[in-house]
Amino acid sequence: MAEVTLTIDGKQVTVPVGTTVLEAARQAGIFIPTLCHDPDLTPWGGCRLCVVEIEGMRNLPASCVTTATSGMVVHTASPAVVEARKTIIELLLANHPMDCLTCGKNGDCRLQDYAYMYGVRQAGFAGERHSYPIEDDNPFIVRDLNKCILCGKCVRACAEIQGKNVVDFAYRGFNTRVTPAMDSTLAGSDCVFCGNCVAVCPVGALQEKGLRSSARTWEVKKVRTTCPYCGTGCTFDLNVKDGRVVGVTSCDGEVNGRALCVKGRFGYGFIHHPDRLTRPLIKRNGIFEEATWEEAIGLVAERLGAIKKEYGSGALGVLSSARCTNEENYLMSKFARAVLGTNNIDHCARL
Amino acid sequence: MTNPIGDIGGADFILAIGTNTTESHPIIGLQVKKAVRNGATLVVVDPRRTEVAGLAHYHLRLKSGTDIALLNGLANVIISEDLVNKEFVDTRTEGFEALKETVARYTPEYVEQITGISADIIREVARGYATAKNATILYTMGLTQHVCGTHNVFAVANLAMLCGHIGKPHSGVNPLRGQNNVQGACDMGALPNVLTGYQSVTLEEVRSKFAEAWGVGELPATPGLTVGEMLEAAARGEIKGMYIMGENPVLSDPDADHVIHALEKLDFLVVQDIFLTETARLADVVLPAASFAEKDGTFTNTERRVQRVRKAIEPVGEAKPDWQIICLVATAMGYPMQYGSPAEIMEEIARLTPSYGGISYQRLENGSLVWPCPAPDHPGTPILHAGKFARGLGKFHPVEYVPPAEQPDEEYPLILNTGRRHFHYHTGTMTLRTGALEEYYGREHLEINPADARALGIADGERVRVVSRRGQVEVTARVVDTVPPGVVFTSFHFPDVAINRLTNPARDPVARIPELKVCAVRVEKIA
Repeated sequence: MAEVTLTIDGKQVTVPVGTTVLEAARQAGIFIPTLCHDPDLTPWGGCRLCVVEIEGMRNLPASCVTTATSGMVVHTASPAVVEARKTIIELLLANHPMDCLTCGKNGDCRLQDYAYMYGVRQAGFAGERHSYPIEDDNPFIVRDLNKCILCGKCVRACAEIQGKNVVDFAYRGFNTRVTPAMDSTLAGSDCVFCGNCVAVCPVGALQEKGLRSSARTWEVKKVRTTCPYCGTGCTFDLNVKDGRVVGVTSCDGEVNGRALCVKGRFGYGFIHHPDRLTRPLIKRNGIFEEATWEEAIGLVAERLGAIKKEYGSGALGVLSSARCTNEENYLMSKFARAVLGTNNIDHCARL
Repeated sequence: MTNPIGDIGGADFILAIGTNTTESHPIIGLQVKKAVRNGATLVVVDPRRTEVAGLAHYHLRLKSGTDIALLNGLANVIISEDLVNKEFVDTRTEGFEALKETVARYTPEYVEQITGISADIIREVARGYATAKNATILYTMGLTQHVCGTHNVFAVANLAMLCGHIGKPHSGVNPLRGQNNVQGACDMGALPNVLTGYQSVTLEEVRSKFAEAWGVGELPATPGLTVGEMLEAAARGEIKGMYIMGENPVLSDPDADHVIHALEKLDFLVVQDIFLTETARLADVVLPAASFAEKDGTFTNTERRVQRVRKAIEPVGEAKPDWQIICLVATAMGYPMQYGSPAEIMEEIARLTPSYGGISYQRLENGSLVWPCPAPDHPGTPILHAGKFARGLGKFHPVEYVPPAEQPDEEYPLILNTGRRHFHYHTGTMTLRTGALEEYYGREHLEINPADARALGIADGERVRVVSRRGQVEVTARVVDTVPPGVVFTSFHFPDVAINRLTNPARDPVARIPELKVCAVRVEKIA
């Protein structure tokens, strides 16, 4: 493959033809801040935070949409670049609710990160601010358009990952906002609540309703695991706080990347549902009574053993489970064959 | 699947049969959408106009249960128009002449009479599939839950072999499996005829290998009973005791009233689950199990990809992981069974199972492995049948069309089709208890075509009674043309619309899969 060599912050970088300056810098370990860029989505060049100085070029081009060429000399942190980035952050903060104290994304917000990084303490521009009602008429996603920075990642995720095109930009200028058709809510649209827009939102405009209202971002421990629903085998992170699963977030899954469906992302509530069985039950006179494990296991062993003894192994049957792990299915097969002595074992593979 | 999920996005032609992909497998649906965006031709075969059918270039709305006729018709065109991949058929397959003879009768015009799909469309689709660079076939239960389910799959395989669309990237025969670990449960020998890795119980050397490893004298040599057969045997009083782990046959199996009758007849029933399911309510003893979040283990997905499940929290209450419970019961029955961790169990599985031979928790920490993975240094096998089929030559199995076991008649004039909804899963045990999914989609409905609704005087939103020869349910009608005239559809997720009270337990003679996609019903307005 043809390659080009350019200089970024004094460092020689060689990349394949067609690589953007942003990608080239990242490959070389040089940091450039971005808000609207996402490696899985088409380049946008909208937020301008990734501007760099390139010798011989007029103005400051956005590195995410500028193709690296041979001999290019790039400065990613020159005074002009830093000044431009500060101004962009100030402009964004000029119309941003400064409510980080209570925001569910506090600690996981790119705008916050960059304001900190560039020392922007407050908006340098006083002016009109939005006052949109917060949309929370569905059980999955909260949309707070007051916090939206119009990076368009959700628009592209919906179109390019989910293929639904539920949201897009509407209105003009200061009034521009991201909305489903006819300015309805997500609940009033074709939205399937995959939450893939939430996963790419760099700020607090799109938040998981359950997760962000039950834990601060730094309070959760993330445990990588495999989804318990369909056979696709998506990987995600269970978010755990104080011994409870409080949410699910995307990681870079081998099968699914960051994409999840509504069940995977928002269907975890059953784990702590009050209906969960917490103690063994033994039915006496038609009514379930709580029992100890010793009693319950003893009774199971005694009754299965008695049937085996009286009627033979063929009078016993086992249903294993497509919901349980491989190890558990293996042990159930071993139990049926080696302990009960029967091949009467099956599960719901046909259903 | 013969190929990875990620391959689908790069296919040039997708033939999706009986799969509501974007609802039942949303993330696989994304790959289908990606392929379509990249210019692939999508053909969806389904009586219903699902979301994925709406994306299709060709939506073949065939009459329910006529898949073999359609697939044979496609093969007929491919052979008669000389579109066969001759090199593949000559070098990789056997039995072509027999197939040719069988499908000769299935001319597009004849198939049109059976399926309702026009002969011209059959020709176009056949040409598209045969001439595509890479064509993939996706299917799910819409193809398999028929009395001819096994033959339906043979007909699919015949098509792939005719055109050589197998054993290479972006192609293959790809069943999309519906449950997180249904592939793994099969791999682990939770089936009546095989031990792990599909090693047959009828083979002496297999049994003696396992008997030795498990420290028992001998293992049972005759294949056992399938779910349906076990329940029938229970109803006859031949099965006296059952141990059910994490399954809810009262809602998931056909002819539910008969299932309940069978389970009630048992002398002893123990159910191990995370909730007191409809099945658990019938038990003598209920053992509380840990959920996926509370234990370590592995799941094997529809691609044969073995992936880690990791414990995030302690089991709720006194619940225990299923593997520990099984060990306790076995030990109490006089067979000491003890493991320090699921990793140890996997070591034993790997020793006894050639296709899992190279799989260990240590390796899985660095990423998943796709079986067959016979050795610790084997990278896994994402694409099956490359260069050679597992059995050597790929065998064409000629199959004939047979109609569904139950046909509509005067008393039961409509066909009931069942399946899944996007927001729910299987018998709703989990998804009706999330605080979110059931809030958004909390009540089930029956989809009925406007023509049928008009004839029955049913308006959208009215309560109706759906009745089959086996049972009935009441449900709210939704009048939509996503179902064709003569067909009604609902899901099996909701206990208050226990639709499997109606479904037909007629089964495929080979795989013993019930015909859940077709049964005859009538719909009555509730006065």
